Amino acid sequence: MHATETLPPPLLALTGFSKSFAGFVALDHVDFTLHAGEIHALLGENGAGKSTLIKAMTGVVHRDAGTLRLDGVAIAPRSAEEAVRAGIATVYQEVNLAPNLSVAQNLFLGRQPTRFGLVREGEMRRRARALLGEFGLSIDVSAPLESYSVAIQHIVAIARAVDQSARVLILDEPTASLDAHEVEVLFAVMRQLTSRGIGIVFVTHFLDQVYAVCDRITVLRNGRLAGSAPVDELPRLDLVRLMLGRELSEATSRRPPVVEGEARADVATFRGVGKAGTIAPFDLALRAGHVVGLAGLLGSGRTETVRLVFGAERADCGAAEVAGRAVSIGSPREAMALGFGYCPEERKTEGIVAELTVRENIALALQARRGALSPLSRREQDALAAKFIGLLDIRPPDPERPVGLLSGGNQQKVLLARWLATAPRLLILDEPTRGIDVGAHAEIIGLIRNLCREGMALLVVSSELEELVTYADEVVVLRDRAHVARLTGAQIEVSTILATIAEAPSSVPLSADAA
Amino acid sequence: MIRFLSRLTPVLATAAVFLAGFVVCSLIYPNFASLRVVMNLLTDNAFLVIVAVGMTFVIISGGIDLSVGSVIGFTTVFLALAIERWGVPPLWAFVLILVICAAFGACMGAIIQYFELPAFIVTLAGMFLARGVSFLLSTESLPITADLYAHLSDHALRFEGGARLTVPALVMLAVVIGGMVLLHLTRFGANVYALGGSRTATGLMGINVARTTVLIYILSSVLAGLAGIVFSLYTSSGYSLSAVGVELDAIAAVVIGGTLLSGGYGFIFGSFLGVMIQGLIQTYISFDGMLSSWWAKIATGLLLFAFIAFQQLTLHLARRSRRAPAGVHP
Repeated sequence: MHATETLPPPLLALTGFSKSFAGFVALDHVDFTLHAGEIHALLGENGAGKSTLIKAMTGVVHRDAGTLRLDGVAIAPRSAEEAVRAGIATVYQEVNLAPNLSVAQNLFLGRQPTRFGLVREGEMRRRARALLGEFGLSIDVSAPLESYSVAIQHIVAIARAVDQSARVLILDEPTASLDAHEVEVLFAVMRQLTSRGIGIVFVTHFLDQVYAVCDRITVLRNGRLAGSAPVDELPRLDLVRLMLGRELSEATSRRPPVVEGEARADVATFRGVGKAGTIAPFDLALRAGHVVGLAGLLGSGRTETVRLVFGAERADCGAAEVAGRAVSIGSPREAMALGFGYCPEERKTEGIVAELTVRENIALALQARRGALSPLSRREQDALAAKFIGLLDIRPPDPERPVGLLSGGNQQKVLLARWLATAPRLLILDEPTRGIDVGAHAEIIGLIRNLCREGMALLVVSSELEELVTYADEVVVLRDRAHVARLTGAQIEVSTILATIAEAPSSVPLSADAA
Repeated sequence: MIRFLSRLTPVLATAAVFLAGFVVCSLIYPNFASLRVVMNLLTDNAFLVIVAVGMTFVIISGGIDLSVGSVIGFTTVFLALAIERWGVPPLWAFVLILVICAAFGACMGAIIQYFELPAFIVTLAGMFLARGVSFLLSTESLPITADLYAHLSDHALRFEGGARLTVPALVMLAVVIGGMVLLHLTRFGANVYALGGSRTATGLMGINVARTTVLIYILSSVLAGLAGIVFSLYTSSGYSLSAVGVELDAIAAVVIGGTLLSGGYGFIFGSFLGVMIQGLIQTYISFDGMLSSWWAKIATGLLLFAFIAFQQLTLHLARRSRRAPAGVHP
């Protein structure tokens, strides 16, 4: 009893939070402590468990185990509404307010001041002006919310949350759609809230912002607590290691000897290709039998790069050349006609068609390329399916099984088979080993190596650096939506990649937003 | 102030069309511009305005209610049978039918909410159900001869020149004013707009979405029941085929009145004007005496097209003017 009295009790204390979805462990005994007046960054790559942790503490999902204490009192909110009543409010990246209502209505919806059942419009506006005034915002509160910028909408959402007696404010990637100036305004609001004793949990994937505004950092990795420390005790390199690497000492993965001296033909080259606000202009050369890896944190521009290469996003500058001819790639169709293939990261939503069979999924891209007028005969489809089921060892080897019933690794193989059936010159793989069990990782990596040997050009996005270094001939490091380094040969080591990702951004071109 | 006016633009446009139409009619027929014509306009369209008020709530919340015409038909048949055959005192019959309508609306609202079904399908089923039950009750046109009916149709505020503000018209005006207060000045009204703006966000803001949805459909059905009572007063009879297609007239009036069919924006007063424009066209046709009454439908159709085009245009312009300053930061 006496020992606890000397230390101020934490504002919010989570201990032993666990949650699994259908056998997949999303959170594994995670502890998290937030003090009053603290801005606490919650970091981690995709699938690290950030969203699940937030949802578990606000009652949106039900945790399997763990205790939640607010001011030392155990609470168990069962919905976002109950969490708000208890004092924990969340503001999401997407503003969850009614765009058509006035700012004042949005601030007070459901708790408007009334007299005889009628809303006191004047009183409500006066209170709204006073409330927003505390945040340094002086706007017409009777105008509809949608007439203001996203930044102002965020501040309105925060003001609403704080005004509902929030003690703990969770900001889930609030800066993703804001420009540099708007981010500053938001930070000013956050600092001002902490001076009132409110604790803020700040989820972001911009490391600069973490160091600009946060007091403490907690990192999750694969559903586990990877580490937690005050900001000044956790330099960038250590932070990136926590987010991406396992133990660096043992992560000096051996790469197989690189076959040097092979002057392979260029499959595609990109010069100064970029898109304002998406990715800074970059150069990229993709050669036959050559694997180029893209490494960087979430949101660093990896996926944006491959989307530009594949034409899923249209570049607004630069030139592309395929097999020596200047081309302009304006759509995935055009990219496919040039012999490109793309296995996206979101396998479930962008890749496979779960209801269709293995055979139908494999035939899809080839059919699309041939056009609806020359359908693949059933015999051709069967041959195709049999060939790739054997080649890639898809299990169970049943071409008529709906793909949705296969394991993640086998779904990924079907997706690969679909593109291989079109005999592409260049194959783009976005996180090929994500969500696949460890055994299948090795198989997929083996496949990547084989493809490469057969003379295909590969462009691979991966967060698994230990894997990337084993097969990549060249690694492009991205940071803040720009290509910042190109590593080749002996430079391709996990430690070098980590150090490059973690470098302070002052020496590199900033994203177009900041300009 | 300018912003407020811009939100009112659709209603102002509707008002302008009504006034222009009225002026044109008055120029063609000298005795058109009389208090009597205006009062008749209110009486003849009273039931439609009452239904349109309920429909405005439903459409602003992002829904639709196709059952209202059938509910009117059912109400008239039920009242005729209850008063004439079963001997229920008329006032008790009124209370009874409103309770039945409320339960009917509550069921539709609850099904829409809890089974996450589209309002279009649920209220379409409600439309068939209500019409079918009224046929089951009676297929004949049943006269209502109760004293109260004769008394109520005599009762009216009389003005010089033979103009009468009848009971149906008075009820209708009360509903319009009550609807305006409820929609524009209460928490419930704000929730209705919020639902039309974003259903998920409204839930996340801690508003009881289920309760609001059920209340909206109760309101629509009760107003349809009230419209049925007014309709039976107006015709002094009950008939299972009455008010066929009235739901579409009501939707047309609401849209002409400037309410966005996708929800989130609109005014009760606009819907009132929307009905009045349709009434004006009818009156013009009866003044003419030669035109087929189907011209009313054609004119309504053309007006609907014009107003929807106008709405899209203003929305488009509003969005463009909003986007301009944001474009500074690409």
